[in-house]
Amino acid sequence: MRGLLKRNEFYVSLTILALCFLIQSKSGQFFTGNNLIDLARSMIIPGILCMGVLIEIISGGIDVSFPAIAMLSMFSTVKLLLYVDYKGPVIVAFIIAGLIGLVLGLINGGLIAFLKLPTLIITLGTGSIYLGFMQAVLKSRVISVLPEPISKLSKSYLFTAHNKELGISSSLPSVFILLIVTVVLVYFILNRTMLGRGIYALGGDIIACERAGFNVARLQYFIYGFMGGLAGVAGMTRTVLTGSCQPTTLIGFELTCIAAVILGGTRITGGHGTVKGALLGALLITMVSNSLILLGVPTYWSKFVTGIIIIIGTGASAYQILRQKRKLNASVFED
Amino acid sequence: MSEILKVTGISKNFGGVQALKNVNLTIHKGEIHCLAGGNGSGKSTLIKIISGVYKADSGKIEINGKEYRKLTPMDAIMEGIQVIYQDLSIFPNLSVAENIALNSELYSKRKIVNWKNIKKIAEESMNKIGISLPLKEKVENLSVADKQLIAICRALVSNAKLIIMDEPTTALTRKEIKKLFEIIKKLQQQGVSILFVSHKLDEVFEISEKFTVFRNGENVITDSTVNVDYDKFVFYMTGRKIEEDFFISSNKEEQPIFKVENLSLTNGFKDISFEIYKGEILGITGLLGSGRTELALSLFGLFPAEQGDIYLNGEKIRIRSPIDAIKNGIGYVPEDRLTEGLFLAQSTRKNIAVSNIDSMVKSNGTVDFDRIDSALEKWKNELSIIMGDKDDPISTLSGGNQQKVVLAKWLETNPKLLILNGPTVGVDVGAKFDLHNYLRGLVENYGIGIIIISDDIPEIHKNCSRILVMRKGRICSEVINTHTTEKDLFSLIVNEESFIAKEGQEEAGI
Repeated sequence: MRGLLKRNEFYVSLTILALCFLIQSKSGQFFTGNNLIDLARSMIIPGILCMGVLIEIISGGIDVSFPAIAMLSMFSTVKLLLYVDYKGPVIVAFIIAGLIGLVLGLINGGLIAFLKLPTLIITLGTGSIYLGFMQAVLKSRVISVLPEPISKLSKSYLFTAHNKELGISSSLPSVFILLIVTVVLVYFILNRTMLGRGIYALGGDIIACERAGFNVARLQYFIYGFMGGLAGVAGMTRTVLTGSCQPTTLIGFELTCIAAVILGGTRITGGHGTVKGALLGALLITMVSNSLILLGVPTYWSKFVTGIIIIIGTGASAYQILRQKRKLNASVFED
Repeated sequence: MSEILKVTGISKNFGGVQALKNVNLTIHKGEIHCLAGGNGSGKSTLIKIISGVYKADSGKIEINGKEYRKLTPMDAIMEGIQVIYQDLSIFPNLSVAENIALNSELYSKRKIVNWKNIKKIAEESMNKIGISLPLKEKVENLSVADKQLIAICRALVSNAKLIIMDEPTTALTRKEIKKLFEIIKKLQQQGVSILFVSHKLDEVFEISEKFTVFRNGENVITDSTVNVDYDKFVFYMTGRKIEEDFFISSNKEEQPIFKVENLSLTNGFKDISFEIYKGEILGITGLLGSGRTELALSLFGLFPAEQGDIYLNGEKIRIRSPIDAIKNGIGYVPEDRLTEGLFLAQSTRKNIAVSNIDSMVKSNGTVDFDRIDSALEKWKNELSIIMGDKDDPISTLSGGNQQKVVLAKWLETNPKLLILNGPTVGVDVGAKFDLHNYLRGLVENYGIGIIIISDDIPEIHKNCSRILVMRKGRICSEVINTHTTEKDLFSLIVNEESFIAKEGQEEAGI
């Protein structure tokens, strides 16, 4: 129990629960199969990306280039597969997108490791380059006819829930498995490998990390390369989910994901953060943009509410810590 | 006894500056050896050479009888040499257990974390020195002393034969120092050698059997501690005889320059009244938590007092913020100059201008760099500040010189009252003596008042003409320095008769 009030995860969980029951009591539609499936479906992209962002922020870095990486990987892969008229297993599409993302991420990692510039500046630059490359060199546009293996996967579902009351049904896409795999993988890396502990150590104190014998440059290559690869896969997943390749589809996602991860208790200064927290943060933000409509709140309010939640969610725990720091602690002898 | 480490004829040059000239150092198994010397005497350079971080220009390094031509950090670690740096190099965000065991897990080239093993290693290591800290606690929630113990445990895990501690006591209370020394003695019994780097004389005498003194990068002497006394040691360190006499305030006017009446602040202090005259150095002392620091911060407006009145030259003033304090001619040299007194990454030039930037401007409102430079030049000469280029970051200066810059920064504002909180923490004995002399000259020549807040009893006793002792947030006695002894002053601080006596004594380390 100790310290619970100072943990963001606690407040986020409370808010999620409160929101669940509020929506349920107002609309009676929250705990229906199709709403829960819609929610799970909407979690796939932010969930995958948040896992990469979590690793970066724990290491003391930040990345705003991953949506550009995702879109560039996705677009060039689709274009390539169309060009060769690819008909083989769909996994190849994910591998190609992942590899393109990995290379772009490694470019980030290399610049960060060698120039030792703030990661925000590097990724602002590379993100703009990646996006510009896609628009200018690849002449990006919407591709609505996808390669056959990808469009086939778009129609593949794990299961479907029908809502008889409203006469609608929702299906959970097969690519949901990718989210589960990513979460398990990142949890394993962060908590069970020396690599993961090195990432925490790097975020705790970079000089101590070097002195302890970690190869800081190698850690940074991994961190940004991993994010790049993840972004490539997430981009491809987005194409599968939307059934078309829209080269602008993820613009602005960097802030959503960073907000979700911070909301889950990850400290922007590095060193602290959990998979559980990041998932809760992603869930809360997804719920706000997804289910607010069930409360009768128009969707264009979702950004506004998300902002309020970020301020209150992170402020509550910060305020507890601040209050404790401000106290003087001399013991005055009263008469 | 066998020799663990033997370095002979080591020299090291840094871009034309001779940091070490032909120095020698031998450490035997199970020996507690103290390496002493003023700021910039080459102690840190030698540590870095022994641990393989720097390569010596010439000289021989033998560890456990084996000669190394090119010693790498990994070689040093494998030979059992562990350095505990002043900043401790621990991870605040990781648990106690992980901090202790992480390095050794890394050396063993493990890829997968074995949490059970980490816990076991941490427990065994803590058992070795007889301590027990909560394994799962995050280190950022622990005290500096506990963090130090963790660094020691970590060194032990790597099978340390020689532990080098760089100024380990700087941030510790007396009670914590006492505990650290017990642990060092325990390590000695287990055959571990300790190289204790310090410039605090009392500690050198208390803990070490042998000592080596460096001055300006050269060996001055290596001897057994029993063969020297305090004065001789100071002479070795500074190359001159240092004897502090009592400061006696000369001019005492009718009206005090600064006066407070019945100042109170919740959880800080209560009913504080005192006055200070021109040309006087007033000492305020007390144990940690007695309210001395809270009072200092309050007088400077950081925690404004809730009740009571403040007078400057007989006029009532209000101090609600540091800006009010500066406007009224009050300067404050904080306890921790590194985090509170200086902008470490900024240049010496900018640091000296910062508190008085409003007057360092031309008529068109832009910064007058010529004026800043002339101020810098003036204080550099007056306080004999040793510094490189004025645009180098101030972090490149030694501790004593950094403290002089903090002082200069405030003197540049022409203060009427200067409050110094722990003015010589981390400053070596020679620089300390110079600083004290300078403060004495300051009150006599410029007619200002100085308040020194410190728990360094000799410092307060010798340099403050009047001393206020604080206990439990109140002033419990006022004494004239020449009318009391260090021992009596000490009893007043810890209050031997009262019910808190035991607690207080423990805190003070007796």
